[in-house]
Amino acid sequence: MNSQRQSPVYRSRILQPAPERQPKSHPLTWRLRDDGQVVDLKDYEAKEGYVALRQVLEAGDPQAVIATMKEANVRGRGGAGFSAGLKWSLTMQGPDMPRGYIVCNADEMEPGTFKDRLLMEQQPHLLIEGMVLAAFANNARYGYIFLRGEYVESARVLAQALVEARQAGWLGDDIAGSCFDFDIALHTGAGRYICGEETALLNSLEGHRANPRAKPPFPGQSGAWGKPTVVNNVETLCNVPAVMLRGAEWYQGLSGGRTEDGGTKLYGVSGLVNRPGLWELPIGTSGQEVLELAEGLRDGRRLKAWLPGGASTGFLLPEHLDLPLDFDTVGGEGSRLGTGLITVVTEEQGMVSLIRNLEEFFARESCGWCTPCRDGLPWAVKLLLALERGEGEPGDIELLDKLAADCGPGLTFCAHAPGAAMPLQTALKHFRHEFEQGLRQPGGQAREIPVAEGQT
Amino acid sequence: MMEPIQASNPQTIATDGFRLHPEDEAAMREEAGHYEQPQAACIEALKIVQRRHGWVPDEAIPAIARVLGVGPASVEGVATFYSLIFRQPVGRHVVLVCDSSSCFLTGYDQLRQALSDRLGIGFGETTADDRFTLLPACCLGACDGGPAMMIGDDVYGPVTGEDLPGILEGYP
Repeated sequence: MNSQRQSPVYRSRILQPAPERQPKSHPLTWRLRDDGQVVDLKDYEAKEGYVALRQVLEAGDPQAVIATMKEANVRGRGGAGFSAGLKWSLTMQGPDMPRGYIVCNADEMEPGTFKDRLLMEQQPHLLIEGMVLAAFANNARYGYIFLRGEYVESARVLAQALVEARQAGWLGDDIAGSCFDFDIALHTGAGRYICGEETALLNSLEGHRANPRAKPPFPGQSGAWGKPTVVNNVETLCNVPAVMLRGAEWYQGLSGGRTEDGGTKLYGVSGLVNRPGLWELPIGTSGQEVLELAEGLRDGRRLKAWLPGGASTGFLLPEHLDLPLDFDTVGGEGSRLGTGLITVVTEEQGMVSLIRNLEEFFARESCGWCTPCRDGLPWAVKLLLALERGEGEPGDIELLDKLAADCGPGLTFCAHAPGAAMPLQTALKHFRHEFEQGLRQPGGQAREIPVAEGQT
Repeated sequence: MMEPIQASNPQTIATDGFRLHPEDEAAMREEAGHYEQPQAACIEALKIVQRRHGWVPDEAIPAIARVLGVGPASVEGVATFYSLIFRQPVGRHVVLVCDSSSCFLTGYDQLRQALSDRLGIGFGETTADDRFTLLPACCLGACDGGPAMMIGDDVYGPVTGEDLPGILEGYP
């Protein structure tokens, strides 16, 4: 369905039709309607909605919720892959601790990623139920959905759903007669990719510039306004209700032996493929299987490289397509699963230009707090621009190697610069010849237009 | 630090010739009630001013600071950090063009060029009739519809040069 010429208004959509999405195999998307309309409270309640929450509140055992989350091994779907259950178990609570916060990281801004948008625009109550369950487990008193400012439709749908949930008694005082009280406010941002970093997000939430904070203390110890705070991604929180309803063993089994990780994942593809889009698939599905769902590359193009999960992941090659897309496997190949939404690069598309685009993004979005990031990334952009014009000097490529190494993990204040370094390093490793073509020489020029005229 | 003005004692806040609309002040106070500290409503307060005026003039900064009970420098620091807070006048419609990787790989350069040709402006500029301002934007999360762009609250994608006249017509 590439023929969207009549109406180029963008609509978020899942490409699996409803009969293919079943409760026991597609916990994130089985309720979504084929017409793309919002699953409202009535519709949600008719489809097992808030059943898990009622059961958990009746059982009244927060520690059991955390234990189940740990056993299910729900790994953070925002890209880091950290066990949500473990994060919850490290959150401070007790008679001497003030009740803290659940913050949903809905600042989806990782280039190539468009999954949380779908969940929020079409199925807001799943997220709300996940947040109330997280609040009960972590003894949180209040929740915030930190939503990026550009997601206007998500904001509209979530605001409406919060009103519905409050009226139905799923938010507020004494939820479902359990004496547990919790409410959620929608907090919309005003741009800047760095807000997705969990401690920068907390600074932004508190009304400061979005500079990251030092860790430790971790947000679970001292987060928003110094209170214990759990920050989880939208997709992570949307997994919670089904885990509570069907159990850790069922969740683990969803990956069907493909990987140690449990559950499903929203996978997607963008770039020059025939059918770009989103699918809910068992975690550990291979890149090849996802690309087949995207019906291959457009106009007989050939795959040169791919990013498995956004701009801050490392480039993989066609030979990596058969690997299961899980956190540890992709991590073992010098990349990261990240958000799990693939960006494809075709043979004709120049790596130097693409890397220049990526590093321009990271340089612009640096908060400026620490030196390697603030000064190193613009320097890399300058070198890449020269290589792109065929004006690179001897030593420039080695300098890029060094800049990438100096922006690596542990050398900067947060994960922003390491995220910028990973695609650069992997591109320099796999496609060094393209960078060498940009050195000053007769007729040298590394730039190739990403999409030739008339080929979109 | 200035004392915040209590809600029970409303008065018009005017700073350096800027007059905060009473409705806006009320909206800011309501937002501030969602948080442990009113400063958390800073971004929302800036957006409230922006909704009314189209942008955030310098004179609005101390006014917002007084409502939230913080120093003007805190508000200024926030106002200059976030890309969707505009510190100079913009056109009636702001066009955000996604310049991130997926759109870059599906025709961003052509879309930006077509927009520039059609509107006669580059990034950071406003048309002479104050109708459009053109800005680059971080990944709009519409990568399966790249190249994508946003006008006001509406997201478009995939957009080709031929689509532009019809789309732009909708924003007088």
